[in-house]
Amino acid sequence: MSQLVDGLQPVLEGLGQAFGGKIKLLGTPRTREVYLQTEDRYMNSISRHLYQLRDVRLTNVFALDGREREGVFYIQYVFALDRAGGFLLIRTPIPPEQPEFTSLTPLIPAVNWQEREIHDWFGLSPVGHPNPRRVAIHDDWPEGIYPLRKDFDLSTALPAFHGPRHVFRPVEGEGVFQVPVGPIHAGIIEPGHFRFSVAGEPILYLQIRLFYTHKATEKLFEQKSVDQGVFLSESISGDSSFSHCTAFCQALENTVQVEVPRRARLIRTLLLELERIYNHIADVGAIATDVGFGVANAHAMRLKESVVRLNGQLTGNRLLRGMSVPGGSRRDLNAQQLRALESLLDFVEKEFDDLSDLILSSASTLDRLENTGILPPMTALDLGVVGVAGRASGRDIDVRRDYPYAAYDEIAPRVVVYSQGDVFHRMKVRMDEVKDSIRIAREAAARLKDGSVRVSLPELPVGGCGLGWVEGWRGEILHWIEIGEGGTISRCRIKDPSLNNWPALPEAVQGNIIPDFPVINKSFNLSYSGTDR
Amino acid sequence: MFKILKKAIATGIVTTAYPKVPSEPCANFRGRPVIDFERALDSLPAAHVCPTGAIRVKDEKRTRRVALDYGRCIFCGLCAEASPEGAIRTSGDFELAVRKRSELVSSALYRLDSAGNQQFLQMTYRSERPVESIDQIGEKLQERIHRILSRSLQIREVDAGSCNGCEVEITALNSPIYDIERLGIRFVASPRHANMLLVTGPVTKNMEVPLKKAFLATPEPRLVVAVGACGCSGGIFGRSYASLGGVDQLLPVDVYIPGCPPPPQALLHGILQAMGRLGEKLGKHR
Repeated sequence: MSQLVDGLQPVLEGLGQAFGGKIKLLGTPRTREVYLQTEDRYMNSISRHLYQLRDVRLTNVFALDGREREGVFYIQYVFALDRAGGFLLIRTPIPPEQPEFTSLTPLIPAVNWQEREIHDWFGLSPVGHPNPRRVAIHDDWPEGIYPLRKDFDLSTALPAFHGPRHVFRPVEGEGVFQVPVGPIHAGIIEPGHFRFSVAGEPILYLQIRLFYTHKATEKLFEQKSVDQGVFLSESISGDSSFSHCTAFCQALENTVQVEVPRRARLIRTLLLELERIYNHIADVGAIATDVGFGVANAHAMRLKESVVRLNGQLTGNRLLRGMSVPGGSRRDLNAQQLRALESLLDFVEKEFDDLSDLILSSASTLDRLENTGILPPMTALDLGVVGVAGRASGRDIDVRRDYPYAAYDEIAPRVVVYSQGDVFHRMKVRMDEVKDSIRIAREAAARLKDGSVRVSLPELPVGGCGLGWVEGWRGEILHWIEIGEGGTISRCRIKDPSLNNWPALPEAVQGNIIPDFPVINKSFNLSYSGTDR
Repeated sequence: MFKILKKAIATGIVTTAYPKVPSEPCANFRGRPVIDFERALDSLPAAHVCPTGAIRVKDEKRTRRVALDYGRCIFCGLCAEASPEGAIRTSGDFELAVRKRSELVSSALYRLDSAGNQQFLQMTYRSERPVESIDQIGEKLQERIHRILSRSLQIREVDAGSCNGCEVEITALNSPIYDIERLGIRFVASPRHANMLLVTGPVTKNMEVPLKKAFLATPEPRLVVAVGACGCSGGIFGRSYASLGGVDQLLPVDVYIPGCPPPPQALLHGILQAMGRLGEKLGKHR
């Protein structure tokens, strides 16, 4: 049992008073994680109770197949208490003979997709869900296939699909028609299907079908060794390789309560910020190009390439792969590399200022960006939107500040929040964050002192579990892992911020015209692969 | 307007001369691992740590077969760390595209003694760097493009389940640094306008039909290039209920570009290789 962070204790006491014997404390293995168990029938009132507190959000819901050991499935709820700086992990047993659980979606719309995912992966039905259709497994897949159940074999060869095709919700009225887009898009981007219902140019309704890139990632973790899992985590979402990998490593480190050496924590911090810098710069350029300002994009791509090359110089891989490892960093940085970092940061800082100035002084560009694709703060709150899109719509959340990890306890980020929620402010959040990331990376490099960069992990305890979190450049990434027999991983739940944010996109595009869709979509720039896994 | 021009002039020309002049993806780039098969005393540790099964060891009675498959390799460098005698080293090699899947595999045969030590017998297959160097390819390029394609190659990129890592690098080809259009090569929005499909990802079950449709929509003669460890072999995702395990499980592949992800230069190198192939196809077509 660990001493909890200050804000968690009163919440626990409040839960105890309100629910008494209905909720059981399983353990507080670490300062920021509390494990509780209750029964499914109490979840609704417990969630209601928690949501009445300030700054509580249900960020992750997933299932576990515990039938072999305990004879039941579990639904695992992860509540984030942002001001307290801790997570409440509540689980409820679900007997296999009654494979259903109470849907919280009517109360908390943010878990709409995640609850449907539980049905698709495990065959547990959310009772009372307003739209209990498949979301992850496409409609043409055969019935009765639940890939994340333990008795489903990863290598099962599925037959060619001849099932029903997805039926999109009809939108009716005079002159209303549908525009299908994808799964293969016109640009060099990931696949997904968008179905616009339009009347003339304005978009009345947008429906999104994803999971085209589903490649059994969570299931694969259960077949790989921990060392191999590190590399798999880098391939969850390629542009967030380092963030996902670090979240995975931190989940393991938390599980065995290993303190990573300070030098490695600083190296992680500066690499996490480099990942943010190169992606944000690329996004700013892409937003400009989507409204016809190609010159700005050319400068942005030039800058991005310089950062990506630096990534390679520091880690051997242009996307920062092969660097993070459970227990620290696989490689150290030498003086020459740090000098390269320093001069590159100076270069990027100056050039990015020029680029921002080019964009911000172009009236015709701003005209397209301002008041386009507005995501109102209330909608962002209801849908549990995180990251860049959240901060542009009034959501003051950043796990670097709220739950410090790596070296963010000594180098705090400056969190920028706007409430306008339009494309312009999603771009502005990125512009502000690039500057702050340069500062953090510089400071992290300056604080490096000689020392080891890696400790070895002790043996992984069977049944041990832990949460890892990272504020990736898109937003909050969570990995939850559980250890199985022989040091294997028996469950790895991956939550990319995109999973929270995709349902917000249809809200933001409503009423806008189709030609503005690309720039609105780009301003969210959500990961398909991270969502589909 | 004045600001834009001023910035453009101040920036100058940033475009690389690759492939005419060799260029590195970055300093310290970790490219393919190279095994000195003659010196390898025990290949098991390396095979054991490989996250994708790119190094495989197969023992039969008194012999052992060791194979290294660059089509599966993600260039993590773990095998070099796990090779105590230094028989494996990571190199900076990145121009690895080949036309046949089998050319990505090197394998050797060993005798196993009773203590489990391996003694080198012979190479059974040796993956070489392409015979043509990149500057040779570059020289021929202009001529080929002029003759075959009326100065242009149109590429349709298809993400068949990639992690988006390959897309990050493919997008870089459009940047002013690599500026692929200077070579007459262009990315287009529709397969109907394309000569080449540049395919990433292990081909997920859900992308099987869309990829097939895109292929059929591409006019002949058409090229298919498989990009990255996933495109070449399924990579770390392999074959599963959700993944076919590589582009060639569904389509005929003309060129394989290994890497995780392959840097822009490696992509260019592979695309140029494939163009040679188009000439052959066109000959047959007529």
